[in-house]
Amino acid sequence: MADALKRPGWYRAALCTVLAAAFGFGLVVVLRKISGLSAFQSEQTGYPQVVVPLITAPLGFLLGIGCFDYWLRWGLGMPTIPEDHSSHGAHSWKDYFKVNTDHKVIGIQYIVTSFFFFFVGGLMAMLIRAELAQPGTQIVGAGTFNSLFSTHAVLMIFVFVIPMFAGIANYVLPLMIGAPDMAFPRLNALSYWMLPLAGLLFIASFLAPGGAFDAGWTGYAPLSTGAPLGQSFFNVGVQFAGFSSIFTALNFLVTIITMRAPGMTFWRMPLLVWANLSTSLLVVAATPFISGVQFMVLFDRLMHTNFFQFGSGGDVISYQHIFWFYSHPAVYIMILPGFGIISEVISTHARKPIFGYRLMALALIGIVVLSYSVWAHHMFVAGMFSWLRVPMMFTTLLIAVPTGIKVFSWLGTLYFGKIHTKSTAMLFALAMIVTFTVGGISGVMLGMVPFDIHVSDTYFIVAHIHFVLFGGSVFTIFAGIYHWFPKMTGRMYDEKLGRVHFWGTLLGTWGTFIPMHWVGMDGMPRRVADYASQFGNWNLLISCFAFLLGAIQLVFLYNMIVSWRFGPKAPANPWGGKSIEWLVSSPPPIFNFDEIPRVVGGPYEYGVPGARHAIMAGEGAEVPATEPSVVGS
Amino acid sequence: MPRGLFSDRLPIAKMAAAVVALSAAISAVMLSINWNGAEDSTAAPKIDDLLNLMIVLSAIVFSVVVVALAYALYAFRAKPGDGSDGEPIHGNTRLEITWTVIPTIIVLFAGGWSWKVLDEIEEKTGHDMTVDVFSQQYAWSFGYPGKEYAYSQGVLHVPVNRQIIFKMHSQDVIHSFWVPQWRIKKDNVPGITTTAIVTPTKVGRYQLICTELCGFGHATMRAKVVVQSESAFDKWVEGLQEKVPTDLMVSVKQDTQTNPEPLERVEAE
Repeated sequence: MADALKRPGWYRAALCTVLAAAFGFGLVVVLRKISGLSAFQSEQTGYPQVVVPLITAPLGFLLGIGCFDYWLRWGLGMPTIPEDHSSHGAHSWKDYFKVNTDHKVIGIQYIVTSFFFFFVGGLMAMLIRAELAQPGTQIVGAGTFNSLFSTHAVLMIFVFVIPMFAGIANYVLPLMIGAPDMAFPRLNALSYWMLPLAGLLFIASFLAPGGAFDAGWTGYAPLSTGAPLGQSFFNVGVQFAGFSSIFTALNFLVTIITMRAPGMTFWRMPLLVWANLSTSLLVVAATPFISGVQFMVLFDRLMHTNFFQFGSGGDVISYQHIFWFYSHPAVYIMILPGFGIISEVISTHARKPIFGYRLMALALIGIVVLSYSVWAHHMFVAGMFSWLRVPMMFTTLLIAVPTGIKVFSWLGTLYFGKIHTKSTAMLFALAMIVTFTVGGISGVMLGMVPFDIHVSDTYFIVAHIHFVLFGGSVFTIFAGIYHWFPKMTGRMYDEKLGRVHFWGTLLGTWGTFIPMHWVGMDGMPRRVADYASQFGNWNLLISCFAFLLGAIQLVFLYNMIVSWRFGPKAPANPWGGKSIEWLVSSPPPIFNFDEIPRVVGGPYEYGVPGARHAIMAGEGAEVPATEPSVVGS
Repeated sequence: MPRGLFSDRLPIAKMAAAVVALSAAISAVMLSINWNGAEDSTAAPKIDDLLNLMIVLSAIVFSVVVVALAYALYAFRAKPGDGSDGEPIHGNTRLEITWTVIPTIIVLFAGGWSWKVLDEIEEKTGHDMTVDVFSQQYAWSFGYPGKEYAYSQGVLHVPVNRQIIFKMHSQDVIHSFWVPQWRIKKDNVPGITTTAIVTPTKVGRYQLICTELCGFGHATMRAKVVVQSESAFDKWVEGLQEKVPTDLMVSVKQDTQTNPEPLERVEAE
């Protein structure tokens, strides 16, 4: 037992968590005693004896599970344990519950954890729609309702969509660029392990006195600065999700810039790699803003720092500026990796090179640049400087241009191809083009100030965000999961169940979110537990489709679990892809490549006679070392 | 790339006809529906015209995407058992420039139109009246000029066909002022005074809805709005017994001194 408590693992993690929580608690109590204050403070915004352990306990867990072992030994001048790679790869399901530095294991850990939170957040959505099926209050009270939609949004954004893309890229991206692993494998493991902690903090806020945080995922001050203890769980949880995101983005940037296989120039990178390069540029520069602003709210709550206390010289609107300076780029963090996935899926299943590859890559960079200059379009009615509205309107409308380039280029890719629709991945990709276009169109409408004045904070907004986030991001996630499932698990999934899942999801998405536009324009505000009876029938319809959408996800869950265990063995390259991940076995060998591949051409050279993207070890002689790149000609 | 690489080999005329037909059908249906409800302020018809413009432009864009996708799926599906690749077409610079430039023109046009509408709906007519809006969790109250700041709670009266300049103040958290039939919305922000301009054009009764999440009572934070003739309004204000409470007046003064309203701050520069 004593030995188990010394080794990195769950026993030591439990011990360290308890010790760290006790340390945080003791620190607060002792310092307050020394200062002559009462040991416990239970103002609703206070509870430092709870909030400080919320920060120390997760750090203790990370220490115990073993995320810091190597660095601590090195930092303390102790002999480090040389990496013998014995922990690489996963030999049984238990290995997924250990700190592992293999990018493929971490990728799976990310994906499974994110789907866990997807289903928890989805259950909350079902409760929300059950309450909204009828006017009046039936199932949950207004306070619980506010907690439910706030937690639903936070789980879906911070611990589902964002880390899901990090997980897919974690698995696929190093293989695609011919790298044996990520640049910083230990940092990669730390990034992953912060993620479940963030999610658990969000969910645990339901246990706090006063209930879970209920100021929306936006957490606008001063509603959030005066909210009960649950809000602090959000403030702290965002720190862990945020640092996880930032570390992963740094890792991707360094990996993409320095670890590409010989011959893989920037213009030979698959678009998924371009997409994650762009996303990472957004994450490293924007995410510190939400970390900072949530600390400011936490300080206002605990220490009365008055950042946003209007009675004491604070400025309420500055919260929104800082928040949206992260949270608008965040919507691109939640869609650009999906754009990358769609490009891979469409090109592979249409057997065609990407149409206008270079413009596609430049469009991603264009979105990155523009997305930093549009945040105030969330604030057209917020009472900010009125002159800022028109310039922000124009930048917002212009961002439709690079987004349109993506859509038209995907369509162009289909022409004169050989489109295979037997794969569920391709079905989701094709549907995403149309569904995302609808979300993009309502986005342009919202960018126009006079119309936005009417529909801001109504159900039109709820409709728009779900069309881009569910019809956009989640469809791309499903496309990506189905596309790379054989590669990740070495098994094929069931296409029949995949089709059931696809058609149910498509119908559920349109049926749920299209009528929301109508009730919003007609006068139904968002974030309300109760509403005027005139909207009753539409809401009942919306709820019915929402239950369909929720139920059909169980088909997906069943398909994934059963196929992973019992599915037929997958060949190395079931879709006939050209990029490097398809040139290794399914699942790939523990170190990806015996010898680093050599890249000799573009990634989408379908139909080009004799063209190769990469040459794997031991087959170098047959192909000339340099081929003219036909990309962009 | 040879010129006309694609146009020779695609039924461009038929596809264009399909786009025209589909966008005409979508526009016809969507333009015939009154999405936003009654138009009871000078701003409402202008905003609805803007929406109609967007419906037509959106219908065209949507139809282009749908027709392009549908034709591709019709014409370029792989035959069962066909494992071969498609044609190695990597792009077409003219086409790519086209689908960059045309959307740019469309959005700049839509932006210019919006800018014009925004200026029009916020233009001061001179025939105006200032009404103070006070919000707190979860109630609205209103102060009227003239007779020493007459005060009404839970019900707002305004005269018809006169520009009302609402000066908004919040006592606790952010609330938002919305009358859907007027199409006008503005947040009430604690610590500053915000402004919204409305000219009601019809006599009637409406509901004022709070649209910014403000706590558990958010869904029920409503007030009655009565638009009446100038003379009826004057008579109603005369009959008001209450004055705006001193603590509200003090907070208004503080708002304006510590943090002048954004519009005025910019104009002063």
